[in-house]
Amino acid sequence: MPNDLTPAQRVALARHADRPGTAEFIDALFTDFFEQRGDRNCADDGSILGGVALFHGKPVTVIGHRKGRTLEEHMAYHFGMPSPEGYRKAQRLMLQAEKFGRPIFTFIDTPGAYPGLEAEAHGQGEAIARTLALLSGLTVPVIAVVTGEGGSGGALALGVGNKVLMLENAVYSVLSPEGFAAILWKDASRSSEACDVMKLTAADLLELGVIDGIIPEPAAGAHAAPQPVYRALDAALVRELAALSKLSPSALAANRYKKFRLMGSKALRKERL
Amino acid sequence: MSNVFAQRRQKLLSLKALRGTAPAPAQAEAVCPACGGTVRRKDLAAGRYVCPLCGHHYPIGAYYRLSLVLDKGTFRELDAALSSNDPLSFPGYAAKLDAARRRTGMNEAVVTATGRMGGQKVAVGVLDSRFFMGSMSAALGEKVTRLVEYAGKNKLPLILFSASGGARMQEGILSLMQMAKTSAALERFSQKGGLYLSVLTHPTTGGVTASFASLGDVMLAEPGALIGFAGPRVIEQTIGEKLPEGFQSAEYLLEHGFLDAIVPRAQLRDTLIRLLRLHGKGGSDHAQ
Repeated sequence: MPNDLTPAQRVALARHADRPGTAEFIDALFTDFFEQRGDRNCADDGSILGGVALFHGKPVTVIGHRKGRTLEEHMAYHFGMPSPEGYRKAQRLMLQAEKFGRPIFTFIDTPGAYPGLEAEAHGQGEAIARTLALLSGLTVPVIAVVTGEGGSGGALALGVGNKVLMLENAVYSVLSPEGFAAILWKDASRSSEACDVMKLTAADLLELGVIDGIIPEPAAGAHAAPQPVYRALDAALVRELAALSKLSPSALAANRYKKFRLMGSKALRKERL
Repeated sequence: MSNVFAQRRQKLLSLKALRGTAPAPAQAEAVCPACGGTVRRKDLAAGRYVCPLCGHHYPIGAYYRLSLVLDKGTFRELDAALSSNDPLSFPGYAAKLDAARRRTGMNEAVVTATGRMGGQKVAVGVLDSRFFMGSMSAALGEKVTRLVEYAGKNKLPLILFSASGGARMQEGILSLMQMAKTSAALERFSQKGGLYLSVLTHPTTGGVTASFASLGDVMLAEPGALIGFAGPRVIEQTIGEKLPEGFQSAEYLLEHGFLDAIVPRAQLRDTLIRLLRLHGKGGSDHAQ
Protein backbone atom coordinates (compact mmCIF):
# COMPACT_ATOMS: atom_id res chain seq x y z
CA MET A 1 0.00 0.00 0.00
CA PRO A 2 1.29 3.48 -0.80
CA ASN A 3 1.20 4.63 2.78
CA ASP A 4 3.68 7.40 2.16
CA LEU A 5 1.39 9.56 0.04
CA THR A 6 0.70 13.03 1.42
CA PRO A 7 -2.92 14.04 2.02
CA ALA A 8 -2.66 16.46 -0.93
CA GLN A 9 -1.46 13.61 -3.20
CA ARG A 10 -4.46 11.54 -2.13
CA VAL A 11 -6.76 14.47 -2.94
CA ALA A 12 -5.25 14.52 -6.43
CA LEU A 13 -5.81 10.76 -6.82
CA ALA A 14 -9.36 11.06 -5.49
CA ARG A 15 -10.05 13.64 -8.21
CA HIS A 16 -8.18 11.85 -11.01
CA ALA A 17 -10.08 12.09 -14.30
CA ASP A 18 -9.81 8.33 -14.91
CA ARG A 19 -10.80 7.27 -11.40
CA PRO A 20 -13.69 4.79 -11.45
CA GLY A 21 -16.96 6.50 -10.59
CA THR A 22 -20.41 5.31 -9.57
CA ALA A 23 -21.24 4.12 -13.10
CA GLU A 24 -18.10 1.93 -13.20
CA PHE A 25 -18.72 0.53 -9.72
CA ILE A 26 -22.29 -0.35 -10.69
CA ASP A 27 -21.03 -2.12 -13.83
CA ALA A 28 -18.42 -4.04 -11.92
CA LEU A 29 -20.34 -5.03 -8.78
CA PHE A 30 -23.98 -5.40 -9.81
CA THR A 31 -25.96 -7.06 -12.55
CA ASP A 32 -29.13 -6.06 -14.38
CA PHE A 33 -28.97 -2.40 -13.26
CA PHE A 34 -32.10 -0.46 -14.18
CA GLU A 35 -31.61 3.29 -13.91
CA GLN A 36 -34.48 5.19 -12.35
CA ARG A 37 -34.66 8.83 -13.30
CA GLY A 38 -36.47 11.94 -12.13
CA ASP A 39 -37.68 13.44 -8.89
CA ARG A 40 -41.40 13.17 -9.88
CA ASN A 41 -41.70 16.85 -9.22
CA CYS A 42 -40.05 18.78 -12.01
CA ALA A 43 -36.67 17.47 -13.10
CA ASP A 44 -34.07 14.74 -13.47
CA ASP A 45 -30.68 15.64 -12.07
CA GLY A 46 -28.10 13.37 -13.70
CA SER A 47 -25.49 14.11 -11.05
CA ILE A 48 -27.29 11.53 -8.96
CA LEU A 49 -27.28 8.11 -10.61
CA GLY A 50 -29.56 5.50 -9.08
CA GLY A 51 -31.83 2.57 -9.63
CA VAL A 52 -32.44 -1.09 -8.87
CA ALA A 53 -29.94 -3.85 -9.55
CA LEU A 54 -28.99 -7.32 -8.43
CA PHE A 55 -26.16 -7.85 -5.98
CA HIS A 56 -25.11 -11.51 -6.03
CA GLY A 57 -28.60 -12.27 -7.30
CA LYS A 58 -30.55 -10.23 -4.71
CA PRO A 59 -32.39 -6.98 -5.53
CA VAL A 60 -30.85 -3.83 -4.06
CA THR A 61 -31.11 -0.08 -4.54
CA VAL A 62 -27.99 1.73 -5.71
CA ILE A 63 -27.53 5.51 -5.47
CA GLY A 64 -24.39 7.50 -6.17
CA HIS A 65 -22.90 10.75 -7.39
CA ARG A 66 -22.00 10.93 -11.08
CA LYS A 67 -19.36 13.30 -12.39
CA GLY A 68 -19.60 12.18 -16.01
CA ARG A 69 -16.89 11.17 -18.47
CA THR A 70 -17.19 13.64 -21.34
CA LEU A 71 -17.19 17.42 -21.33
CA GLU A 72 -20.92 17.40 -22.12
CA GLU A 73 -21.58 15.09 -19.18
CA HIS A 74 -19.39 17.15 -16.87
CA MET A 75 -21.42 20.22 -17.75
CA ALA A 76 -24.78 18.47 -17.48
CA TYR A 77 -23.89 16.89 -14.12
CA HIS A 78 -22.03 19.92 -12.74
CA PHE A 79 -19.02 17.65 -12.16
CA GLY A 80 -21.03 15.54 -9.76
CA MET A 81 -22.47 18.41 -7.74
CA PRO A 82 -26.17 17.66 -7.19
CA SER A 83 -28.99 20.14 -7.19
CA PRO A 84 -32.00 19.74 -4.87
CA GLU A 85 -33.75 17.74 -7.60
CA GLY A 86 -30.96 15.16 -7.38
CA TYR A 87 -31.39 14.75 -3.64
CA ARG A 88 -35.16 14.49 -4.06
CA LYS A 89 -34.63 11.74 -6.65
CA ALA A 90 -32.38 10.01 -4.12
CA GLN A 91 -35.12 10.34 -1.47
CA ARG A 92 -37.60 8.76 -3.86
CA LEU A 93 -35.32 5.77 -4.44
CA MET A 94 -34.65 5.43 -0.71
CA LEU A 95 -38.37 5.32 0.03
CA GLN A 96 -38.82 2.64 -2.63
CA ALA A 97 -36.02 0.60 -1.13
CA GLU A 98 -37.80 0.85 2.23
CA LYS A 99 -41.12 -0.14 0.66
CA PHE A 100 -39.70 -3.22 -1.04
CA GLY A 101 -37.28 -4.14 1.72
CA ARG A 102 -34.18 -3.71 -0.45
CA PRO A 103 -30.76 -2.95 1.01
CA ILE A 104 -29.28 0.37 -0.15
CA PHE A 105 -25.72 0.86 -1.43
CA THR A 106 -24.51 4.42 -1.91
CA PHE A 107 -21.38 5.59 -3.74
CA ILE A 108 -20.05 8.97 -2.71
CA ASP A 109 -17.99 11.06 -5.12
CA THR A 110 -18.76 14.78 -5.16
CA PRO A 111 -16.95 18.06 -4.54
CA GLY A 112 -20.17 19.14 -2.76
CA ALA A 113 -23.73 20.16 -3.48
CA TYR A 114 -24.03 22.59 -6.40
CA PRO A 115 -23.75 26.20 -5.21
CA GLY A 116 -25.95 27.82 -7.83
CA LEU A 117 -28.76 30.34 -7.91
CA GLU A 118 -31.44 27.85 -8.92
CA ALA A 119 -30.17 25.28 -6.45
CA GLU A 120 -30.71 27.80 -3.65
CA ALA A 121 -34.08 28.88 -5.03
CA HIS A 122 -35.16 25.23 -5.08
CA GLY A 123 -34.09 24.60 -1.50
CA GLN A 124 -30.66 22.98 -1.47
CA GLY A 125 -30.50 23.11 2.33
CA GLU A 126 -33.94 21.61 2.78
CA ALA A 127 -33.23 18.88 0.23
CA ILE A 128 -30.04 17.79 1.99
CA ALA A 129 -31.63 17.98 5.45
CA ARG A 130 -34.60 15.82 4.37
CA THR A 131 -32.28 13.27 2.78
CA LEU A 132 -30.24 13.01 5.99
CA ALA A 133 -33.36 12.62 8.10
CA LEU A 134 -34.95 10.07 5.78
CA LEU A 135 -31.85 7.93 5.38
CA SER A 136 -31.25 7.91 9.13
CA GLY A 137 -34.62 6.37 9.87
CA LEU A 138 -34.85 3.61 7.24
CA THR A 139 -35.28 0.01 8.38
CA VAL A 140 -33.27 -1.61 5.56
CA PRO A 141 -29.47 -2.10 5.58
CA VAL A 142 -27.61 0.97 4.27
CA ILE A 143 -23.96 0.69 3.25
CA ALA A 144 -22.15 3.80 2.05
CA VAL A 145 -18.84 3.80 0.16
CA VAL A 146 -16.77 6.95 -0.28
CA THR A 147 -15.12 6.20 -3.63
CA GLY A 148 -13.54 9.54 -4.57
CA GLU A 149 -14.24 12.99 -3.19
CA GLY A 150 -16.52 13.19 -0.19
CA GLY A 151 -17.17 16.91 -0.05
CA SER A 152 -19.37 18.54 2.54
CA GLY A 153 -23.10 18.09 3.15
CA GLY A 154 -23.52 17.15 -0.49
CA ALA A 155 -21.56 13.97 0.22
CA LEU A 156 -22.96 13.26 3.67
CA ALA A 157 -26.51 13.28 2.31
CA LEU A 158 -25.76 9.84 0.86
CA GLY A 159 -23.51 8.84 3.75
CA VAL A 160 -25.81 7.96 6.65
CA GLY A 161 -25.07 4.24 6.47
CA ASN A 162 -25.02 1.42 9.00
CA LYS A 163 -21.53 0.93 7.65
CA VAL A 164 -19.40 3.52 5.89
CA LEU A 165 -16.43 2.25 3.86
CA MET A 166 -13.81 4.26 2.07
CA LEU A 167 -11.37 3.58 -0.73
CA GLU A 168 -7.80 4.04 0.40
CA ASN A 169 -7.19 7.18 -1.64
CA ALA A 170 -10.64 8.66 -1.29
CA VAL A 171 -11.02 11.77 0.85
CA TYR A 172 -13.92 12.94 3.00
CA SER A 173 -14.12 16.39 4.52
CA VAL A 174 -16.32 19.19 5.78
CA LEU A 175 -15.43 21.23 2.70
CA SER A 176 -13.01 21.06 -0.22
CA PRO A 177 -9.44 21.94 0.86
CA GLU A 178 -9.65 25.04 -1.37
CA GLY A 179 -12.89 26.19 0.24
CA PHE A 180 -11.50 25.40 3.68
CA ALA A 181 -8.40 27.53 3.11
CA ALA A 182 -10.50 30.32 1.62
CA ILE A 183 -12.81 30.44 4.63
CA LEU A 184 -10.26 29.99 7.37
CA TRP A 185 -7.24 31.82 5.96
CA LYS A 186 -8.90 33.88 3.19
CA ASP A 187 -6.47 32.23 0.78
CA ALA A 188 -7.61 29.33 -1.42
CA SER A 189 -4.05 28.76 -2.66
CA ARG A 190 -3.10 27.33 0.74
CA SER A 191 -5.14 24.19 -0.02
CA SER A 192 -2.27 21.74 0.37
CA GLU A 193 -1.64 23.14 3.84
CA ALA A 194 -5.35 22.66 4.51
CA CYS A 195 -5.05 19.00 3.42
CA ASP A 196 -2.47 18.48 6.14
CA VAL A 197 -4.64 19.74 9.00
CA MET A 198 -8.10 18.64 7.87
CA LYS A 199 -7.75 14.90 8.64
CA LEU A 200 -9.45 13.94 5.41
CA THR A 201 -7.70 10.68 4.52
CA ALA A 202 -9.23 7.25 5.02
CA ALA A 203 -6.70 6.40 7.73
CA ASP A 204 -7.48 9.62 9.65
CA LEU A 205 -11.22 9.04 9.41
CA LEU A 206 -10.94 5.43 10.54
CA GLU A 207 -9.07 6.64 13.59
CA LEU A 208 -11.73 9.29 14.27
CA GLY A 209 -14.46 6.64 14.04
CA VAL A 210 -16.14 8.33 11.09
CA ILE A 211 -15.68 5.32 8.80
CA ASP A 212 -15.66 1.57 9.45
CA GLY A 213 -13.24 0.16 6.91
CA ILE A 214 -10.74 0.90 4.15
CA ILE A 215 -10.63 -0.75 0.72
CA PRO A 216 -7.00 -0.97 -0.45
CA GLU A 217 -5.91 0.49 -3.78
CA PRO A 218 -2.89 -0.27 -5.97
CA ALA A 219 0.10 2.01 -5.56
CA ALA A 220 -0.77 4.25 -8.51
CA GLY A 221 -4.42 4.58 -7.51
CA ALA A 222 -7.68 2.78 -8.32
CA HIS A 223 -7.71 3.95 -11.94
CA ALA A 224 -4.38 2.25 -12.65
CA ALA A 225 -5.74 -1.22 -11.91
CA PRO A 226 -9.42 -1.15 -10.95
CA GLN A 227 -10.10 -4.92 -10.98
CA PRO A 228 -8.48 -5.74 -7.63
CA VAL A 229 -10.29 -2.73 -6.11
CA TYR A 230 -13.62 -4.01 -7.40
CA ARG A 231 -12.88 -7.47 -5.99
CA ALA A 232 -11.88 -6.13 -2.58
CA LEU A 233 -14.93 -3.87 -2.43
CA ASP A 234 -17.24 -6.68 -3.50
CA ALA A 235 -15.89 -8.93 -0.77
CA ALA A 236 -16.31 -6.19 1.84
CA LEU A 237 -19.87 -5.43 0.73
CA VAL A 238 -20.82 -9.12 0.82
CA ARG A 239 -19.42 -9.40 4.32
CA GLU A 240 -21.05 -6.23 5.67
CA LEU A 241 -24.41 -6.98 4.09
CA ALA A 242 -24.43 -10.51 5.51
CA ALA A 243 -23.79 -9.14 8.99
CA LEU A 244 -26.45 -6.42 8.70
CA SER A 245 -29.01 -8.81 7.24
CA LYS A 246 -29.10 -10.62 10.57
CA LEU A 247 -30.58 -7.52 12.23
CA SER A 248 -34.32 -6.89 12.42
CA PRO A 249 -35.73 -3.81 10.65
CA SER A 250 -36.03 -1.85 13.89
CA ALA A 251 -32.55 -2.97 14.99
CA LEU A 252 -31.13 -1.67 11.69
CA ALA A 253 -32.61 1.78 12.31
CA ALA A 254 -31.45 1.72 15.92
CA ASN A 255 -27.96 0.61 14.88
CA ARG A 256 -27.65 3.49 12.41
CA TYR A 257 -29.00 5.99 14.94
CA LYS A 258 -26.51 4.90 17.56
CA LYS A 259 -23.62 5.06 15.11
CA PHE A 260 -24.25 8.70 14.24
CA ARG A 261 -25.40 9.60 17.75
CA LEU A 262 -21.85 8.90 18.92
CA MET A 263 -20.18 11.09 16.28
CA GLY A 264 -18.10 13.70 18.06
CA SER A 265 -18.80 12.33 21.53
CA LYS A 266 -15.07 12.32 22.21
CA ALA A 267 -14.88 15.96 21.13
CA LEU A 268 -16.64 17.24 24.24
CA ARG A 269 -15.46 18.65 27.50
CA LYS A 270 -17.63 19.44 30.43
CA GLU A 271 -16.47 22.27 32.61
CA ARG A 272 -17.90 25.61 33.46
CA LEU A 273 -16.17 28.85 32.66
CA MET B 1 -41.04 29.19 47.99
CA SER B 2 -41.08 28.23 44.31
CA ASN B 3 -41.81 31.88 43.64
CA VAL B 4 -38.46 32.81 45.15
CA PHE B 5 -36.70 30.39 42.83
CA ALA B 6 -38.62 31.69 39.85
CA GLN B 7 -37.54 35.22 40.71
CA ARG B 8 -33.93 34.16 41.01
CA ARG B 9 -34.06 32.35 37.69
CA GLN B 10 -35.53 35.39 36.02
CA LYS B 11 -32.88 37.63 37.54
CA LEU B 12 -30.14 35.31 36.29
CA LEU B 13 -31.57 35.28 32.78
CA SER B 14 -31.92 39.08 32.79
CA LEU B 15 -28.30 39.43 33.80
CA LYS B 16 -27.12 37.02 31.12
CA ALA B 17 -29.37 38.71 28.59
CA LEU B 18 -27.70 42.05 29.28
CA ARG B 19 -24.50 40.59 27.93
CA GLY B 20 -26.38 39.26 24.97
CA THR B 21 -27.85 42.39 23.44
CA ALA B 22 -26.28 43.30 20.15
CA PRO B 23 -24.61 46.73 20.06
CA ALA B 24 -22.21 47.44 22.90
CA PRO B 25 -23.97 49.99 25.09
CA ALA B 26 -21.00 52.38 25.21
CA GLN B 27 -22.55 55.24 23.26
CA ALA B 28 -25.97 56.79 23.60
CA GLU B 29 -26.78 56.47 19.92
CA ALA B 30 -26.36 53.81 17.24
CA VAL B 31 -26.33 54.06 13.46
CA CYS B 32 -28.58 51.47 11.83
CA PRO B 33 -26.53 49.35 9.41
CA ALA B 34 -29.58 48.94 7.16
CA CYS B 35 -31.00 52.48 6.80
CA GLY B 36 -28.14 54.60 8.15
CA GLY B 37 -30.49 56.40 10.50
CA THR B 38 -29.42 57.39 14.01
CA VAL B 39 -31.32 55.74 16.83
CA ARG B 40 -31.05 56.20 20.59
CA ARG B 41 -29.87 52.99 22.19
CA LYS B 42 -32.59 53.28 24.81
CA ASP B 43 -35.20 53.18 22.06
CA LEU B 44 -33.43 50.31 20.34
CA ALA B 45 -33.46 48.26 23.54
CA ALA B 46 -37.09 49.13 24.22
CA GLY B 47 -37.95 47.93 20.73
CA ARG B 48 -36.21 44.53 21.11
CA TYR B 49 -33.35 45.69 18.88
CA VAL B 50 -35.49 46.35 15.85
CA CYS B 51 -34.72 49.64 14.14
CA PRO B 52 -37.71 51.95 14.75
CA LEU B 53 -36.96 53.76 11.48
CA CYS B 54 -36.72 50.88 8.99
CA GLY B 55 -37.59 47.68 10.87
CA HIS B 56 -34.11 46.17 10.54
CA HIS B 57 -33.73 43.26 12.94
CA TYR B 58 -30.37 43.39 14.73
CA PRO B 59 -28.83 40.02 15.61
CA ILE B 60 -29.39 39.36 19.32
CA GLY B 61 -27.77 37.02 21.83
CA ALA B 62 -29.22 33.71 22.94
CA TYR B 63 -30.06 34.68 26.52
CA TYR B 64 -31.66 37.92 25.43
CA ARG B 65 -33.72 35.99 22.89
CA LEU B 66 -34.85 33.61 25.61
CA SER B 67 -35.81 36.51 27.86
CA LEU B 68 -38.05 37.79 25.05
CA VAL B 69 -39.94 34.57 24.40
CA LEU B 70 -40.15 32.64 27.68
CA ASP B 71 -42.60 33.24 30.51
CA LYS B 72 -40.86 35.08 33.33
CA GLY B 73 -39.04 32.91 35.83
CA THR B 74 -39.35 29.66 33.86
CA PHE B 75 -35.90 29.46 32.19
CA ARG B 76 -33.82 26.45 33.19
CA GLU B 77 -30.64 25.89 31.22
CA LEU B 78 -29.58 22.38 30.12
CA ASP B 79 -26.02 21.15 29.54
CA ALA B 80 -24.63 24.63 30.27
CA ALA B 81 -21.11 23.34 30.88
CA LEU B 82 -20.74 21.42 27.63
CA SER B 83 -18.13 22.68 25.17
CA SER B 84 -15.68 21.45 22.57
CA ASN B 85 -12.25 20.02 23.37
CA ASP B 86 -10.43 20.75 20.09
CA PRO B 87 -10.78 17.18 18.79
CA LEU B 88 -8.43 17.55 15.80
CA SER B 89 -5.79 19.51 17.77
CA PHE B 90 -6.30 22.21 15.19
CA PRO B 91 -3.62 24.93 15.25
CA GLY B 92 -4.82 27.93 17.24
CA TYR B 93 -8.33 26.60 17.91
CA ALA B 94 -8.05 25.97 21.65
CA ALA B 95 -6.91 29.55 22.30
CA LYS B 96 -9.65 30.97 20.07
CA LEU B 97 -12.25 28.87 21.89
CA ASP B 98 -11.09 30.14 25.26
CA ALA B 99 -11.16 33.73 24.02
CA ALA B 100 -14.71 33.29 22.71
CA ARG B 101 -15.79 31.72 25.99
CA ARG B 102 -14.43 34.64 27.97
CA ARG B 103 -15.77 37.29 25.64
CA THR B 104 -19.33 35.94 25.46
CA GLY B 105 -19.67 34.27 28.84
CA MET B 106 -20.92 31.19 26.98
CA ASN B 107 -19.40 27.73 26.63
CA GLU B 108 -20.81 27.08 23.18
CA ALA B 109 -22.71 28.75 20.36
CA VAL B 110 -26.06 27.35 21.48
CA VAL B 111 -28.05 27.70 24.68
CA THR B 112 -30.53 24.90 25.37
CA ALA B 113 -33.17 25.09 28.03
CA THR B 114 -36.62 24.26 29.21
CA GLY B 115 -39.14 26.94 30.00
CA ARG B 116 -42.74 27.89 29.55
CA MET B 117 -44.46 29.89 26.85
CA GLY B 118 -47.99 30.99 27.60
CA GLY B 119 -47.91 28.43 30.39
CA GLN B 120 -46.97 25.56 28.05
CA LYS B 121 -43.73 23.83 28.92
CA VAL B 122 -41.29 23.70 25.97
CA ALA B 123 -37.77 22.55 25.11
CA VAL B 124 -35.99 25.44 23.45
CA GLY B 125 -32.59 26.03 21.87
CA VAL B 126 -31.09 29.28 20.60
CA LEU B 127 -27.96 29.62 18.47
CA ASP B 128 -25.80 32.66 19.13
CA SER B 129 -23.88 34.15 16.22
CA ARG B 130 -21.42 35.96 18.50
CA PHE B 131 -19.77 32.65 19.42
CA PHE B 132 -17.78 31.41 16.39
CA MET B 133 -20.54 32.71 14.11
CA GLY B 134 -22.93 30.15 15.55
CA SER B 135 -20.99 27.49 13.67
CA MET B 136 -21.71 23.80 14.09
CA SER B 137 -19.28 22.14 16.48
CA ALA B 138 -19.48 18.69 17.98
CA ALA B 139 -20.65 20.31 21.22
CA LEU B 140 -23.32 22.33 19.44
CA GLY B 141 -24.56 19.21 17.67
CA GLU B 142 -24.52 17.29 20.93
CA LYS B 143 -26.48 19.97 22.81
CA VAL B 144 -29.11 20.19 20.08
CA THR B 145 -29.36 16.40 19.90
CA ARG B 146 -29.71 16.11 23.68
CA LEU B 147 -32.42 18.77 23.60
CA VAL B 148 -34.33 16.92 20.89
CA GLU B 149 -34.04 13.67 22.85
CA TYR B 150 -35.12 15.45 26.05
CA ALA B 151 -38.15 16.88 24.27
CA GLY B 152 -39.01 13.42 22.94
CA LYS B 153 -38.64 11.72 26.28
CA ASN B 154 -40.65 14.35 28.15
CA LYS B 155 -43.18 14.85 25.37
CA LEU B 156 -42.45 18.54 25.03
CA PRO B 157 -42.79 20.66 21.93
CA LEU B 158 -39.43 21.72 20.56
CA ILE B 159 -38.47 25.20 19.41
CA LEU B 160 -35.10 26.02 17.83
CA PHE B 161 -33.90 29.48 16.86
CA SER B 162 -31.13 29.12 14.30
CA ALA B 163 -28.34 31.57 13.46
CA SER B 164 -25.19 30.11 11.97
CA GLY B 165 -22.34 30.74 9.59
CA GLY B 166 -22.18 27.00 8.83
CA ALA B 167 -19.64 24.38 9.82
CA ARG B 168 -16.97 24.85 12.52
CA MET B 169 -13.98 24.46 10.20
CA GLN B 170 -11.60 23.72 13.07
CA GLU B 171 -13.55 20.55 13.90
CA GLY B 172 -13.54 19.37 10.30
CA ILE B 173 -15.37 16.14 9.57
CA LEU B 174 -16.75 15.94 13.12
CA SER B 175 -18.58 19.19 12.46
CA LEU B 176 -20.02 17.68 9.28
CA MET B 177 -21.22 14.58 11.14
CA GLN B 178 -23.37 16.73 13.44
CA MET B 179 -25.66 17.36 10.48
CA ALA B 180 -26.46 13.65 10.37
CA LYS B 181 -26.69 13.35 14.15
CA THR B 182 -29.13 16.23 14.66
CA SER B 183 -31.23 15.26 11.63
CA ALA B 184 -31.45 11.67 12.84
CA ALA B 185 -32.61 12.83 16.28
CA LEU B 186 -35.27 15.04 14.71
CA GLU B 187 -36.44 12.22 12.46
CA ARG B 188 -37.02 10.02 15.52
CA PHE B 189 -38.72 12.87 17.35
CA SER B 190 -40.98 13.47 14.37
CA GLN B 191 -41.85 9.78 13.93
CA LYS B 192 -43.13 9.78 17.52
CA GLY B 193 -45.36 12.74 16.79
CA GLY B 194 -43.26 15.51 18.34
CA LEU B 195 -43.92 19.11 17.32
CA TYR B 196 -40.90 21.11 16.16
CA LEU B 197 -41.12 24.83 15.43
CA SER B 198 -38.04 26.13 13.60
CA VAL B 199 -37.29 29.86 13.63
CA LEU B 200 -34.60 31.07 11.23
CA THR B 201 -32.82 34.27 12.18
CA HIS B 202 -30.07 36.27 10.53
CA PRO B 203 -27.93 34.59 9.24
CA THR B 204 -28.76 30.87 8.87
CA THR B 205 -26.44 29.18 6.38
CA GLY B 206 -24.41 26.09 5.53
CA GLY B 207 -24.64 22.91 7.54
CA VAL B 208 -27.23 24.26 9.97
CA THR B 209 -29.55 25.16 7.08
CA ALA B 210 -28.90 21.72 5.56
CA SER B 211 -29.83 19.90 8.77
CA PHE B 212 -31.93 20.75 11.83
CA ALA B 213 -32.93 24.30 10.84
CA SER B 214 -34.81 23.07 7.75
CA LEU B 215 -36.71 20.21 9.39
CA GLY B 216 -39.40 22.12 11.32
CA ASP B 217 -43.05 21.14 11.15
CA VAL B 218 -43.60 24.86 10.98
CA MET B 219 -40.92 27.09 9.48
CA LEU B 220 -40.74 30.72 10.60
CA ALA B 221 -38.17 33.44 9.97
CA GLU B 222 -37.46 36.98 11.10
CA PRO B 223 -37.80 39.71 8.45
CA GLY B 224 -34.74 40.25 6.29
CA ALA B 225 -32.82 37.24 7.61
CA LEU B 226 -30.24 35.78 5.21
CA ILE B 227 -31.03 32.08 4.79
CA GLY B 228 -29.24 29.71 2.45
CA PHE B 229 -26.96 26.72 2.00
CA ALA B 230 -24.09 28.12 -0.05
CA GLY B 231 -22.80 31.60 0.73
CA PRO B 232 -23.62 34.43 -1.71
CA ARG B 233 -19.93 34.91 -2.63
CA VAL B 234 -19.44 31.25 -3.53
CA ILE B 235 -22.54 31.33 -5.72
CA GLU B 236 -21.42 34.50 -7.50
CA GLN B 237 -18.07 32.86 -8.23
CA THR B 238 -19.80 29.72 -9.54
CA ILE B 239 -22.28 31.38 -11.85
CA GLY B 240 -20.08 34.36 -12.71
CA GLU B 241 -22.71 37.02 -12.21
CA LYS B 242 -24.12 39.27 -9.52
CA LEU B 243 -26.98 37.88 -7.49
CA PRO B 244 -30.34 39.60 -7.65
CA GLU B 245 -31.39 42.00 -4.88
CA GLY B 246 -32.96 40.17 -1.96
CA PHE B 247 -31.58 36.74 -2.98
CA GLN B 248 -31.56 34.32 0.00
CA SER B 249 -33.59 36.70 2.16
CA ALA B 250 -36.42 35.40 4.32
CA GLU B 251 -38.81 37.08 1.88
CA TYR B 252 -37.19 35.22 -1.04
CA LEU B 253 -37.54 31.90 0.77
CA LEU B 254 -41.19 32.57 1.60
CA GLU B 255 -41.83 33.27 -2.08
CA HIS B 256 -40.11 30.01 -3.07
CA GLY B 257 -42.11 27.87 -0.66
CA PHE B 258 -39.62 27.18 2.13
CA LEU B 259 -41.28 29.15 4.95
CA ASP B 260 -44.72 29.23 6.47
CA ALA B 261 -44.45 32.82 7.64
CA ILE B 262 -42.16 35.75 8.31
CA VAL B 263 -42.77 37.03 11.82
CA PRO B 264 -41.46 40.34 13.16
CA ARG B 265 -39.67 40.01 16.48
CA ALA B 266 -42.40 41.91 18.33
CA GLN B 267 -44.95 39.24 17.37
CA LEU B 268 -42.74 36.18 17.67
CA ARG B 269 -43.66 35.13 21.20
CA ASP B 270 -47.39 35.46 20.58
CA THR B 271 -47.10 33.60 17.27
CA LEU B 272 -45.24 30.70 18.86
CA ILE B 273 -47.75 30.49 21.73
CA ARG B 274 -50.56 30.46 19.19
CA LEU B 275 -48.90 27.65 17.22
CA LEU B 276 -48.34 25.63 20.40
CA ARG B 277 -52.06 25.96 21.22
CA LEU B 278 -53.08 25.09 17.65
CA HIS B 279 -51.25 21.79 17.95
CA GLY B 280 -53.43 20.54 20.78
CA LYS B 281 -52.22 20.92 24.34
CA GLY B 282 -49.41 22.85 22.74
CA GLY B 283 -48.13 19.86 20.83
CA SER B 284 -47.20 18.17 24.07
CA ASP B 285 -49.54 15.20 23.83
CA HIS B 286 -47.61 13.26 21.25
CA ALA B 287 -47.51 9.52 21.39
CA GLN B 288 -44.79 7.68 23.25
